Amino acid sequence: MTDAREQILARIRRALRDVPAAERPEEVIVPRDYARSSPAPTERLLSLLCDRLREYGAECERTQPNSVAGAVADACRALGLRRLAIPPELPAAWRPEGVELLEDRDLGNDALAGVDAALTGCAVAIAQTGTLALDGRSVSGRRALTLLPDHHLCVVAAEQVVDGVPEAIARLRPAAVEHRSPVTLVSGPSATSDIELQRVAGVHGPRHLHVIIAAERPPGRGA
Amino acid sequence: MSAAGGPRLGVVGAADHPPFPRAARAALADSQLRHNLGQATRAIRARRAEAVGELPDWEQLREAGRAIKDRVLRHLDHYLLELEAAVQRGGGHVHWARDADECNRIVCQLVAAHGTREVVKSKSMLSEETQLNEALAEHGIRAWETDLAQLIVQLADEAPSHILVPAIHKNRREIRELFAATLEEVPDDLSAEPAALAEVARQHLRRRFLEARVGISGANFAVAETGAVVVVESEGNARMCTTLPEVLITVMGIEKVIPTWQDLEVYLQLLPRSSTAERMNPYTSLWTGVSAGDGPAEFHLVLVDNGRTNALGDEVGRQALRCIRCSACLNVCPVYERVGGHAYGSTYPGPIGAILTPLLSGLDAAPSLPYASSLCGACYEVCPVKIDIPEVLVHLRQAEVERPARRSRPLGSPDGERAVMAALARVFASRRLYEAAQRTGRLARLVLARGGRIERLPGALGGWTAARDLPAPPAESFRDWWRRRARDAH
Repeated sequence: MTDAREQILARIRRALRDVPAAERPEEVIVPRDYARSSPAPTERLLSLLCDRLREYGAECERTQPNSVAGAVADACRALGLRRLAIPPELPAAWRPEGVELLEDRDLGNDALAGVDAALTGCAVAIAQTGTLALDGRSVSGRRALTLLPDHHLCVVAAEQVVDGVPEAIARLRPAAVEHRSPVTLVSGPSATSDIELQRVAGVHGPRHLHVIIAAERPPGRGA
Repeated sequence: MSAAGGPRLGVVGAADHPPFPRAARAALADSQLRHNLGQATRAIRARRAEAVGELPDWEQLREAGRAIKDRVLRHLDHYLLELEAAVQRGGGHVHWARDADECNRIVCQLVAAHGTREVVKSKSMLSEETQLNEALAEHGIRAWETDLAQLIVQLADEAPSHILVPAIHKNRREIRELFAATLEEVPDDLSAEPAALAEVARQHLRRRFLEARVGISGANFAVAETGAVVVVESEGNARMCTTLPEVLITVMGIEKVIPTWQDLEVYLQLLPRSSTAERMNPYTSLWTGVSAGDGPAEFHLVLVDNGRTNALGDEVGRQALRCIRCSACLNVCPVYERVGGHAYGSTYPGPIGAILTPLLSGLDAAPSLPYASSLCGACYEVCPVKIDIPEVLVHLRQAEVERPARRSRPLGSPDGERAVMAALARVFASRRLYEAAQRTGRLARLVLARGGRIERLPGALGGWTAARDLPAPPAESFRDWWRRRARDAH
């Protein structure tokens, strides 16, 4: 295979004869005057995130950080979910009562496909695009965990929500680059546009996405 | 078929595929096809404009997207070596393939080495170029296409007709009929609702995902700095293919490399809005080599040339390698909208296919494709990485005319045009000749014009009017009017 490698590299160098030999890659200017960050107030980001997720057909609700477990239990009751797979690192404060919880310690594919839902956290969420970023570590869980069950319940902490894609890519860098963790960006439930270019929900990934945003009530509003 | 060992693009240059003008005429006569395409492309055009209009910095993103790709292409050897090292650091294996056959050979050997006769496969345009499924079949390996549209064209035994939506030429009723005729899992009362059709695909593929030992995928991007490979999708089938099997093989064109992790912030904004007109596609998977306890234990990345270095060596055409396969140019193209993807006879149809195909496989394999355009420029306007498709089309037309293999053609073809243009240059350079020509033109008005238009020029010039009308020359030229006006004033 060394042959192919050397030959392709030689073809590339021959094709690029017009590029000055002394030119370094960084000398090809890349203008980055697009929006890199925007200091939007948290309240606006949270409601934008919810709106965008709902446009994809996801459910989105908000709760106090200390009532996450209750909100999850309510959602399970409403959706008829009895067995949940969770990452072992899921905080005790998020674990609902009255539901069977299966910690994902290397559960097999069939076992994962057999539970009603996965309950996880995430690493970052992007308000503008309605996106949850899972980084394969701690509360995000393994990739298969959030792929095989038909429901995905995801808890998002207020401080994890950023405005746009560039801020999210920057925040994911330590996990993806230093730890080489796999990253999955999720924007709504599984969908396809393959028939007449219309987005319809539900093919192979989870057909139901339920997002719970854990945030303190905004100041100045009643209890 | 191109010469053995040379680049191959699906069926491009196949002896039984007619040149574009003939294929286009046949496609135009298919009213169902035109209806399906018109419907789908009209809807996506409006939604794309809306998704793009939402971002005030869209033009800045396009410019960054263009510049990053230009940086990569001007230093492609550097970035490929950086990518190779990063993937290896992450525990992945890297293979290099000069052409389609070499790519197929590498993949078949890897699959065979794991002793399996079935693979699950997510969409890869490169694997369409190399006809990987056929090569796998020759080795007794069954490849299950898992992308819904790709499954549809596989079941129909057709080639994709669109980069993003390979089955865009079929409507829901036709897909219902196809599923009913070819799949076992179909209920008798299957409806033609897209959701019901998607459910059939889910049932059909579920077990195969859970049991597959080898998965094959394409790649939208690969980050040289970190070794991360990126797949952008909607359904979750690519997540399945890249996560569940023990072994993952990813085939990738060498131009898909991008320099840094940060560069993703540009392309993950440009791609979804340009392709499916969404703020973000449902799923994007990014992985680096292998991760203990999460996903495949073995990862192979196959870097494929298959003609890309030909395109790279063309200083005007090089920009076509910026393409991120969004297909926005297909959806706005008046030619594509009417003839569909199959008329191009190439893995890559539409405006981008009209330049990419001859650049990759050589003009001899696709001499009519640079003419499959009206040069209206809509493709350039929507291109998220600013590929000046009309510029490259004109460049390729010139190269096509000068191609040694080209036999002489009648007037009205580019040779005739060139002779006429040369004569015109002489006429425009001389006042005497110019005014004489104007008088002759007025004569033509009397002899040839009907209702202010000339529909057929006589003799050898007839080639020009075979596909267009000519406005009749005015009764009086501007010069004559100006002289008469000056005379009348005195």
